[in-house]
Amino acid sequence: MKPAAYWHCFAGIQTREWLRFWQQRTRFASALVRPLLWLVVFAAGFRAVLGISIIPPYQTYITYETYIAPGLCGMIILFNSMQGALSMVYDRELGSMRVLLMSPLPRPFLLVTKLLAMGVVSVIQVYIFLFVALLVDVEPPVWGYLAVLPALVLTSLMLGALGLLIATWIKQLENFAGVMNFVIFPMFFMSSALYPLWRMNEASPWLYWVCQFNPFTHAVETIRFSLYLQWSPLAWGVSAGVTVVLVILATAGFRPQRTKILGAKPA
Amino acid sequence: MTLAARNIGFCYGSKPVLTDISFALDSGCFHALLGPNGAGKSTLFGLLTRLLALQQGGILFAGQSLKKHPAEAMRQIGVVFQQNALDLDLTVRQNLMYHSALHGLSRKQARLRGDQELERFGLLDRANDPVRALNGGHRRRVEIARALLHQPTLLLLDEPTAGLDIASRKALNDHVRQLCADDNLTVLWATHLIEEVAAQDRVLILHQGRLLADGPGQELCSRAGTTTLAETFELLTGVGS
Repeated sequence: MKPAAYWHCFAGIQTREWLRFWQQRTRFASALVRPLLWLVVFAAGFRAVLGISIIPPYQTYITYETYIAPGLCGMIILFNSMQGALSMVYDRELGSMRVLLMSPLPRPFLLVTKLLAMGVVSVIQVYIFLFVALLVDVEPPVWGYLAVLPALVLTSLMLGALGLLIATWIKQLENFAGVMNFVIFPMFFMSSALYPLWRMNEASPWLYWVCQFNPFTHAVETIRFSLYLQWSPLAWGVSAGVTVVLVILATAGFRPQRTKILGAKPA
Repeated sequence: MTLAARNIGFCYGSKPVLTDISFALDSGCFHALLGPNGAGKSTLFGLLTRLLALQQGGILFAGQSLKKHPAEAMRQIGVVFQQNALDLDLTVRQNLMYHSALHGLSRKQARLRGDQELERFGLLDRANDPVRALNGGHRRRVEIARALLHQPTLLLLDEPTAGLDIASRKALNDHVRQLCADDNLTVLWATHLIEEVAAQDRVLILHQGRLLADGPGQELCSRAGTTTLAETFELLTGVGS
């Protein structure tokens, strides 16, 4: 196939995802309620309990809302990516996936493009969230909104690939509740999204190391540092490395027969 | 010869679903794949479209291995699935544009081909309607129009009339036969409804994962000593048509 064919295919998949986003915009808006509750209610309650010292990338004392905003950006992507990946192989997107897999273009290309297209929708939600967060005085530098874009795309791809890998290979987790209990909540709570890791180290050193090895921690730190126009080689290195590995595993190991893409299997 | 299957076997776990299936499709002909529910038709379609990985045997498309040259084959194959594969919330045209993009067509080409096919199917005036607003027969026509956008030489249809009333079933069947005659299109039409098969069609009878018969309908009847295809089917499978 010619390079132009790849471009038309890429653009077509992105366009379709945009059209679906636009048609279901109320559903996407309601998905913002969860992170906003965390930001407004949870953070207000914990502000008094949890003091934040001056830690990079921040250069002054910050409010708890400011601290958890990048973590909540990660949470939006985490929920969307898992739900999106699951729907690719189990329910809402089955028809679209059948059509997708009939393309003569290589499957890894199709799957990565699909994950990126779903990621774009998450990124839009993150930006809406960040603009609403201005109301509670979460005010990153103006250029931070642009600088954070690559971090958001990378996180979307990483978590989308993880979701696809899980949805294809772990049959026990074929519903969202299972994924929520065994993947989303552990990844979210055992990360730097809600509390700085030095705090975790004081409370429980072994949990600190679990958090350190959690790729979601590094995804959140990539978002946090980028949003405040700082560079974190460790966070970017881990996030990029994990993304590459997960994308390779998810696309090379993708087997439609392990899903419901063809329809129900005989008992 | 467009497509040839050689000694295909497939199991779900330890349960064999297809056993030693071999056949070849003739270019430009209508072929009926006839079998009761659970015969293995959808599994066979899964293998022909690469949704399932081949476990035994081989599939050749225009003399080339489907496994080794998947892109070449997928460019030449159009598929209509048993279950709806249209996005109900998008318009007819948006669905067609999506499929065209997946086959590498530019927006301009996609629009042109989409309109050509919709006109041929008498649906051009519905191009901007959401698919949800179409009836079952029209949705199926859109799916066939979509499968033809990239101008394939082989059209695979897996129980395309499922859920349609008798009149819509007949209209759809006639339409595909016309396409076959007009465009020299090779068609493999899977069904469990014997009334969708004509006596002159090449018929492949699949039952419990085995290919029991392969040949023109009339020839199968004379070989079996029966007068109708329904009797032949019943004799071979033990299942009433």
